[in-house]
Amino acid sequence: MGYALNFNLIWRHFDKLWGGLLLSLELAVISIAIGTVIGLVLAVWYVSAGRIVRTIIAAYVEFIRNVPLILLVYLVFYGLPTVVDIAYSAPTSFVVTLSLYSGAYLVEVFRSGLEAVPRGQLDAGKAIGLTPWQRLLNVRLPTMLRITLPALSNTFISLFKDTSVASVISVPELTYGAQWINFNTFRIVEVYLVVTAMYLVTGYILLFALRLVERRFRAAR
Amino acid sequence: MLTQIAYALPFLAQGFALTLWVSLLVVVFSLIAGVIMGVGLVYGPVPLQWAVRIFSDTIRGIPILVLIFFVYYGLPAVGLHLPSFWAAVLALTLFKTAQVVEYFRGAVGSIPKGQSEAAMAIGLTFRQRLAYVIFPQAFRRFLPPWINGVTDAVKGSALVSLLGITDLMQAINQVIGRTYEAMPLYILGALIYFAVNYALSLASRRLERRFSFIRE
Repeated sequence: MGYALNFNLIWRHFDKLWGGLLLSLELAVISIAIGTVIGLVLAVWYVSAGRIVRTIIAAYVEFIRNVPLILLVYLVFYGLPTVVDIAYSAPTSFVVTLSLYSGAYLVEVFRSGLEAVPRGQLDAGKAIGLTPWQRLLNVRLPTMLRITLPALSNTFISLFKDTSVASVISVPELTYGAQWINFNTFRIVEVYLVVTAMYLVTGYILLFALRLVERRFRAAR
Repeated sequence: MLTQIAYALPFLAQGFALTLWVSLLVVVFSLIAGVIMGVGLVYGPVPLQWAVRIFSDTIRGIPILVLIFFVYYGLPAVGLHLPSFWAAVLALTLFKTAQVVEYFRGAVGSIPKGQSEAAMAIGLTFRQRLAYVIFPQAFRRFLPPWINGVTDAVKGSALVSLLGITDLMQAINQVIGRTYEAMPLYILGALIYFAVNYALSLASRRLERRFSFIRE
């Protein structure tokens, strides 16, 4: 049972973990940005669309949400290039996957937020003569964002954790760095302790930052 | 192409059976562990509450993949040799237990305090209060999110393919390795996962609507 902790080798290869963490964050930020655009556009479209468009958007959302992310990652990286004439690097392919994935989760967040905007606000906007476009940009979206911020923070943080799946197609992010050190130094317990701490600390910093944003906007209510 | 896939179907079915078996074990173990820890979190002494809180926040704060590797490679390093199947079940159970703890806390926390006080006033013991007053009401709020959360166990089980366990995900990859029919097989796999998880989320939504009468 005796296992002596020895972190020396972890610190010697710490650049693998640090660089990995930065890449994880980069993958998360880019994918979440694209996913947010997908989510916003589809959510706004959904609440004003007819039956057919709604069904298509709902099908996209339900499909993505009910399939394991690892399968989607394989499908986009190994499967798609066999039927469509595209070639991309593993990180790009993962960003494509995580963007579509986050888009599906964010549509749901934004849609429920849009539906929670009180009817009176929209009527008031109409009464003071705002155009439909102005009502959307100046009334509906700002109110929706305030309502959805807490759910949005949770989704963002969980998407950051999902970047770990990129390691299965050898994208050198944090989990991949952990595996590299695991296989090359066998300081197994140490490396996963350090990586656990890195994910936790990054997650809490993200949470703290998002809570600050939430508080700022809540005060404006 | 179709004949090749048809030929592989029994193999895929075996993988699917393993996916369901892993998911079932994880769901059952995590339900037991999660409810016990949930009781500790809500009613236990402060040190126990802290311990459960730290467990739950740590597990939920890291990717499942890291948890799986930690358990799978870490246990043998400290001298605990589990077959890879059970290491995978253990890792997924830890992940799922943390979820169940939160569902439990949410469900019990949503029962008005007056219920507990009324039960105390008529002289029910702690166990009676839980069994006859709190749990029957909390159950209706626990069930829908819990069923929906079973999909996380099924989806998470696809990660055990990385440990060389031939679940549905791994079976699909192996058939692709032999046939090179990547796209049809990934789509078939996606549809199988979708069918299971969508059925679960529909059941969850239906139950939620059915139990919505007690919301007020």
